[in-house]
Amino acid sequence: MTTSTVEPQVSPRPGIRERWNNLSRPAQWAILVPLVAVIYLLPWLNPPLLATTGTDFANAMFEVARYALVAVGLNVVVGQAGLLDLGYVGFFAVGAYVSALFTSPDSMLSKIPYLWTLPLAMVITMIFGVILGTPTLRLRGDYLAIVTLGFGEIIRLIADNVGPLRGQSGFFAVGKSSDGSSILPNASAWYVLTVTIIVIILLFVGNLERSRVGRAWVAIREDEDAAEIMGVPTYRFKIWAFVIGAAIGGLSGALFAGKQGFVNTQSFDIVTSMLFLAAVVLGGAGNKVGVLLGAVVVAYLPLRFVELQKYNYVIFGIALIVLMIFRPQGILGARQRLLARGREAYQRLLGKGEQISGDSALTPEPNAGGKS
Amino acid sequence: MHPTLTPFLAQSDQWIRFDVGAFAEQFWNNTVDGLTQGGIYALIALGYTLVYGVLKLINFAHSEVFVVGTFATWLVFYGLGFRSGGSIELGIGEIVLYLGIALIAAAATSAGTAVALERVAYRPLRKRNAPKLAFLITAIGASFAIQYILRLDIFFGLNQRPAIRLLNPEVLFEIFGAPVTNIQVIIVLASILLWFVADYFVNRTRLGRGIRAVAQDPDTATLMGVNKERVIVITFLVGGLLAGAAALFYMMKIPQGAIFNGGFLLGIKAFAAAVLGGIGNLRGALLGGLVLGLIENYGQSLFGGEWKDVVAFVVLVLVLMLRPTGLLGEALGKARA
Repeated sequence: MTTSTVEPQVSPRPGIRERWNNLSRPAQWAILVPLVAVIYLLPWLNPPLLATTGTDFANAMFEVARYALVAVGLNVVVGQAGLLDLGYVGFFAVGAYVSALFTSPDSMLSKIPYLWTLPLAMVITMIFGVILGTPTLRLRGDYLAIVTLGFGEIIRLIADNVGPLRGQSGFFAVGKSSDGSSILPNASAWYVLTVTIIVIILLFVGNLERSRVGRAWVAIREDEDAAEIMGVPTYRFKIWAFVIGAAIGGLSGALFAGKQGFVNTQSFDIVTSMLFLAAVVLGGAGNKVGVLLGAVVVAYLPLRFVELQKYNYVIFGIALIVLMIFRPQGILGARQRLLARGREAYQRLLGKGEQISGDSALTPEPNAGGKS
Repeated sequence: MHPTLTPFLAQSDQWIRFDVGAFAEQFWNNTVDGLTQGGIYALIALGYTLVYGVLKLINFAHSEVFVVGTFATWLVFYGLGFRSGGSIELGIGEIVLYLGIALIAAAATSAGTAVALERVAYRPLRKRNAPKLAFLITAIGASFAIQYILRLDIFFGLNQRPAIRLLNPEVLFEIFGAPVTNIQVIIVLASILLWFVADYFVNRTRLGRGIRAVAQDPDTATLMGVNKERVIVITFLVGGLLAGAAALFYMMKIPQGAIFNGGFLLGIKAFAAAVLGGIGNLRGALLGGLVLGLIENYGQSLFGGEWKDVVAFVVLVLVLMLRPTGLLGEALGKARA
C-alpha cells in the first residue's frame, strides 16, 4: 500500500488524530467515558445554543441518533467494504415493517412484545441482505449502485402495493402496549435507548474492523482484484458487509417505527436513502467518528436552522459536489487498517501513531493516467 | 406454508393478479402506448448511453436535465398565453410553430443544464483523476441540488403543474382495434427521426468521429489531435438536446405535467432502457427504450397498473445480473470507425 512508500510528514504540531492514537487505552477511556456521559445527558441538559426551534430538543436528538445508527450501518457497506449502496433505505424499511407487522393492531399477524421485534428485525433484514446481496454483489461500482437503487425502490413499491402492508394508510400504534401507552415514556428515553444501541454496535463494528473480516473489507475496498488474487474470498466478504449493514439498518428502522408509533411508505423514499448516503460521505466514509459527525450534520442542522429548511436539500446537494471536488475523503478521512496490529506496527516503525492514508475508494487515484 | 404468512396469501388476489385475459384483450393498445412511452425512454436513454460511451460514467443527474426541459416546455406554453384545462383550437400551422418554439426552448435549456453540469460537477473531478464513485456522488449531489432548486417557490414549488396541451388527442386510425392518436404517431415518428439524426451525427460527421475516437481510447485520440474536452462538452450537449426533445414529448403525452421530482422514475427507467439495449450503444438505446416501454405496458395489464414501475425495476435488475452487456452489447467505442 502507499502508506509504506509515503514519507511521513513531520509537522510541528501533531494532529488531533495522531495525539489521540498516541494516548494509552486508559487515557482514551478517561476522555471517552465523560464524553459519552454528556452525550447521554444532552436531552436533559438542553444547552441553549444547541436547542432546536420548532422541534422538541429530545425528539431532535432522537432523530440525530437514528441517523447516526443508520450511518454506522451504511458505513460498514460503503465505508468499510467500498460497496456503494443507494438502496439502503430498503433495509431500514424492512426493519420498520417487521416492527409494525408484529406489534400494530392493524396487522393480521400474531403480536409479540415490541422489544422482541428489535432482534427479529435484525434477523429478517439479514435474510433480506442475503437475498438482495447474492445476485447483486457480483456487480461492481456504479452498476452495483444502480441495482441497489432499484432494489430499494422495489421494496418501497411492494410495501405500497401489497394489500396487507397497507401502503400509504400505514400501521398505527406500532410498539404500543394494549392500553395504548408507548413502552418508553418519552423521546429522551428513546434517545437513551438508541445511543446505548449505537455504543454497543460501535464496539461490535470496531472489533469487526480489526478482525480478519475488517481487513478483508479494506482489501476489497482498495482493490478488489488484488484482494481476490491474494486469496480473499471477496464475494463472501462482500455479502457479509451487506448483511451486517442490513442488520444495523433494520434495527434502526425498528427503533424508528417504535418511536414514531406509525409506519407507512412515505418515510422510505429515495430522498431518505440519499440523505443516509450523504451522512456517510460528508462525515467520511470508513471513519466511524466521521459518519457520526456526518449524521449530526444531516439530521441536526436542518432541525436547528429551520429558516433554511427550504434550501436544505439544495445545500446538501451542493455540499456533496464541493466535498467530492475538494475533500473527497469527507470531514474525517477513512482510517487505514491494513496492518494487523496497526498501532503497534506504526509505533515501532515510525515512533508515532497511525497515518491517515488518502488511498481509499473516494480519494484521487495517483496514477489513473486520464483513463477516467 | 407457515400460518403467519397465510393472511398475506389468502387475500393476494386483492393486490396482485395474473390476468392473461386482460393481457390478450389490451395487447394492441399496450403495444401502441408502449411504443410511445418507449420512444421517450429511448431519447433519454441516448443521453445516458452517449455519456457512458465517452466517459464510462453513469450521468446520474441526466434525469434532472430532462426535468428542466419539462419545466421549460411548460413555461414556454404559459408564456405564449396558453393555460391548462381549456380547449385550445389552433390551426395546423400555429401548432407546428408553437411546438417548434417549445422544442427549441426545451432542448436549449436541457442542453444548457447538461453542459453546466459537466462544467461544475464533472470536469473538476476529471482534472483531479477522481475515482468513479466520486463522480457518482457528485452526480447525486447535482441531481439533489437541481431537483430542490426547481422545488423552490420561484419555480413551481411542491405542486405539479398540469400539462398545457396544444394538441388534443384525436384518433387517427386503428391497428387491430387499438386506436392510435395523433400524439402517439408524432412521438414515435419524431423519436425515431431524432434517433436517426443522432446516429448520423455520431457515425457520419467529423464531430461524431471525434466522439467515437475518445470513446475508444481517450489518450490516443488526444494524441491524434482530438480535443477531448470539447468532445466531452459536445457529448453532454447532444444528450441534453435529446432529453429536451423527450421533455416536450412527455409534456404532450402525460397530462399530469411537470413536477420537480418527476425525473427520478423516468431517469432510472431510461437508464434501464440503455442498459437493456447495451449501454454505450446508440442502436441499443432505441431498441432498449422501445422494448422497455412494451414490457412495462404488457406487465401492467398482466399484474395490474400499480406494478408497472416494479416491472421496469425488475427488468433493470435482471438485465444487469443476467446480461450486463445488454441485448446488442456492442459499445460506442468498439463500433467500427
